[in-house]
Amino acid sequence: MGEIIVEEKGKKGGKRQAKKHSTRIDMTPMVDLMCLLITFFMLTTAFSKPKVMVITMPEKDPKDEPKDAPRISSERTLNILLTADHKVYYYQGMIDPKKPPMPELIKTDFSKDGIRKVLLLRNKDLFTKIADYRNLRVTGKLVVADTTADSEIKRFKKEDKKGPIILIKADDKAKYKDMVDIIDEMAICNVASYAVVDFTPAETELLKNAPK
Amino acid sequence: MPKIKQPARSPHIDMTPMVDLFSLLLTFFMLTTSFRPQEAAPIETPSSVSEKQAPDNDIMTIFIAKDGKVFFNIDNGRDTSTHFREKLLQKMAEQYKLTFSKIELDKFGKMSSFGMPIKDIKAWIIAKEPEVRDKLQIGIPMDSTDNQLAWWVRMARLTNLNAEVAIKGDAETDYTTVKKIMDLLQENKVNKFNLVTNLQADEVTMKDMPK
Repeated sequence: MGEIIVEEKGKKGGKRQAKKHSTRIDMTPMVDLMCLLITFFMLTTAFSKPKVMVITMPEKDPKDEPKDAPRISSERTLNILLTADHKVYYYQGMIDPKKPPMPELIKTDFSKDGIRKVLLLRNKDLFTKIADYRNLRVTGKLVVADTTADSEIKRFKKEDKKGPIILIKADDKAKYKDMVDIIDEMAICNVASYAVVDFTPAETELLKNAPK
Repeated sequence: MPKIKQPARSPHIDMTPMVDLFSLLLTFFMLTTSFRPQEAAPIETPSSVSEKQAPDNDIMTIFIAKDGKVFFNIDNGRDTSTHFREKLLQKMAEQYKLTFSKIELDKFGKMSSFGMPIKDIKAWIIAKEPEVRDKLQIGIPMDSTDNQLAWWVRMARLTNLNAEVAIKGDAETDYTTVKKIMDLLQENKVNKFNLVTNLQADEVTMKDMPK
């Protein structure tokens, strides 16, 4: 045995050389795994966080129930009635069952020329004011922080004394979407004061005879 | 003239750049991911122009499915050591004279939205198969004799004092169901709701002003 070793040594010139390995590593399994992981994370990830629309309702106090509703001017009041099949009706002012004639119900819809036109026309002053203010910011003539701008717009809305007061009423055939759409429309048209209230019996009656 | 011999190419491709890229992508997705929470029913929310983001923590969500079934979810809070879900279930168990073991409470803490009468909640927690679990999700009862949803809201308010309320309703849900829930919330002194919507830009400028 010793002899053989000596012989090998002689052949290789005294140095034992390790078999030469390639310096490359096979990366295929690693790539496979990475592909899988990437696919997994891509599919499970939720990129767009849900957005929310904040709505604040007046406090309900059972003790205050018999109290009269706050007096609001009837010229500024616009009632919007939501009902089945995404139909929208509106009428101006207030219903007084003792004093006919009843106000006229006008039918419209959620399209651009529908309820939005009505709201914009009635809210023209405030809308123009806010649009001008935003325009000043966009063109760079006025440089203020976002929070300042927000509070300024809030102030415009608070000071507004001419815009409509919208009363939103939905009956039991209306869908949730209708309600969200109409509140959204208030935000789009910069309506300062609106409230979600219940149907009155007179309005239910009025709706029965409404144009289809 | 002898032919020039092409040197034998190795069939291996150099995958290093590809691996580099994949590593980057993987790291990106791993860091940005926030897992989509499991939901009891598919809900298609209506759209609005609101750009306000829903808060991540301290929020209780009331889900209203298309068929009017109601589900409830609350998070564990900003700090994972607060264990709001466990505490909430404990409070509900006291209210309805039920008992839950430590393991069951723990497991409930890790689960997501639920909607079943309180007596079935134990079965839901210990169920192994997702089919069994789904079958139990029949909505939280909210009739006037035993308004369990009201109790969930009340107890959740007591457990997490900072919790806000979000309503995630399907666009085609009847408004009456939503109204019922809003009334219920107002009775529990919740006057501010976050309605979960999809963002859909819609802008009106002075040009749209009718003449």
